[in-house]
Amino acid sequence: MTSLLTLDGLCKAYGAVKVADELSYDVTTGDALGVIGPNGAGKTSMFNLITGTVSPDSGTVTFAGQNVTGWSAAKRSHFGIARSFQVPQPFSNMTVFENAMVAATQSAGLYGREAEALCLDVLEKTELLSKANTPAGGLTLLGRKRLELTRALCAKPKLLLLDEIAGGLTEGECQSLVQTIKDIHASGVTIIWIEHVVHALLAVVDRLIVIDFGRKIAEGEPKAIMESPEVKEIYLGIEADA
Amino acid sequence: MEWLNAVVQGTLLGGLYALFAAGLSLIFGIMRLVNIAHGDLIVLGAYLGLVVTTSTGLHPLLALAFVVPAMALIGYALQRGLLNQTLGDDLLPPLLVTFGLSVILQNGLLEVFTADPQKISAGALETASISAGGLSLGILPVLTFAIAIAVIWGLQWTFYHTALGRAFRAVSDNQDIAQLMGLNRRHIFGLAMALALGVTAIAGVLLGIRTSFDPSIGSGRLIFGFEAVIIGGLGNLWGTLVGGVILGVAQTIGAKFDPGWQILAGHVAFLVILAIRPNGLFPRVSA
Ligand SMILES: Nc1ncnc2c1ncn2[C@@H]1O[C@H](COP(=O)(O)OP(=O)(O)OP(=O)(O)O)[C@@H](O)[C@H]1O
Ligand SMILES: [Mg+2]
Repeated sequence: MTSLLTLDGLCKAYGAVKVADELSYDVTTGDALGVIGPNGAGKTSMFNLITGTVSPDSGTVTFAGQNVTGWSAAKRSHFGIARSFQVPQPFSNMTVFENAMVAATQSAGLYGREAEALCLDVLEKTELLSKANTPAGGLTLLGRKRLELTRALCAKPKLLLLDEIAGGLTEGECQSLVQTIKDIHASGVTIIWIEHVVHALLAVVDRLIVIDFGRKIAEGEPKAIMESPEVKEIYLGIEADA
Repeated sequence: MEWLNAVVQGTLLGGLYALFAAGLSLIFGIMRLVNIAHGDLIVLGAYLGLVVTTSTGLHPLLALAFVVPAMALIGYALQRGLLNQTLGDDLLPPLLVTFGLSVILQNGLLEVFTADPQKISAGALETASISAGGLSLGILPVLTFAIAIAVIWGLQWTFYHTALGRAFRAVSDNQDIAQLMGLNRRHIFGLAMALALGVTAIAGVLLGIRTSFDPSIGSGRLIFGFEAVIIGGLGNLWGTLVGGVILGVAQTIGAKFDPGWQILAGHVAFLVILAIRPNGLFPRVSA
């Protein structure tokens, strides 16, 4: 298996706040990597660095064998990186289907029928088909989260970045979303998933990293990581916050 | 009958105003850019029409086949080379830059074409008319109105049924997310300006056939365009057509009372509507 994404020594600071501090890791094609860490640790910032909406102060991002550090977000998206947002951000004046079509035609570069077929297929997987013609602004929280996933999938990504997609959902909603994500991973999409809802995360990922103050403080097999004392300490902190 | 005639002539005039306004509305809707140079760009379109017709002898409507692509190219280059650099959270830089552009265009046209009034000659089309129900309708105003409807229909169709239209709407909705969906904002804005100036070219040539023009008349067309957009409601192109018609009818009715009241009556109608419905008649973009 080849390496799909490599972060090497990424650093990024906003004034005195370090959101990435010598951040390095490697994701192999077909992996499902989980990311945990306390609020404000720099997890979302890490996604911004990978997708290219923010550029690092130093360090490199290598994706599919190319150094993409200087690339625009649009170019990276054509190259196969897609993400969902912690706070769903649909194009709210457009329908669910049109939202999906933007990703399919622009990001994946498909045309006409082919794009429509992909969108319908993905909408079925993400259980939004019945909402295809409703304006995205009118969706429920679960609907919006599913739309985030839909749009990301319609971009035909090699790498799918999920940012707290299970947060704020009921247990039942969460379980059906986990199943959807499992299926997506099984279909061969490499995933990095940031999540505070740990049991959802552990149902899918096969490796876990822990981030605190922009640093990677632990990495390894999920069960072992969750048992480690330093993670327990941070994690109890989170549970107390939530 | 005279009054009915005034209303009909005003309605047809409204088609021209809608064409002035469509480009403005498009640009504001997609990139929140208020283009102060829009009126001067209409005048530029008229001069390009004049140059093409006098140098090739083509009928002005056929000359559109050159003027529209030329203006579209100018639009793309202008957006990518200059206006994209002014866009941001602050509304002031694009206002100042397009104001500067307006001054440059006016003086440039003055330098090349002098201040002498010009007119695009369209032969029989200028005076031809048909009579319908006791009214005499000029072919040119009727054609202008039909073109306005066709252009607005075409723009609406592009917006709601094509990948380009979805790209415009996505960028207008959320630029940052659109970039992540693979859209190059700068290119999309360039295409939007190209489309807007293509419409502006049509407006300019039709204006040049209808009345004589000189480099200084741009600001007046800009005002009519603005008023039509705002009466109709931002972000609604059919509303813009209605806005143009209201403006046109107010002007022709005003002129019936006293020829000097023509322009004033249009502005008064605009102010009255603004006072009653500050967001215009059919707003689509919530303020
Ligand atoms: N553009 C920015 N300018 C200044 N500070 C920022 C910016 N973006 C993020 N930060 C700060 O960087 C820190 C890390 O933010 P980030 O969103 O990456 O955290 P996170 O790990 O995703 O947290 P959460 O679990 O709450 O989502 C926070 O303190 C945040 O306030
Ligand atoms: Mg976050």
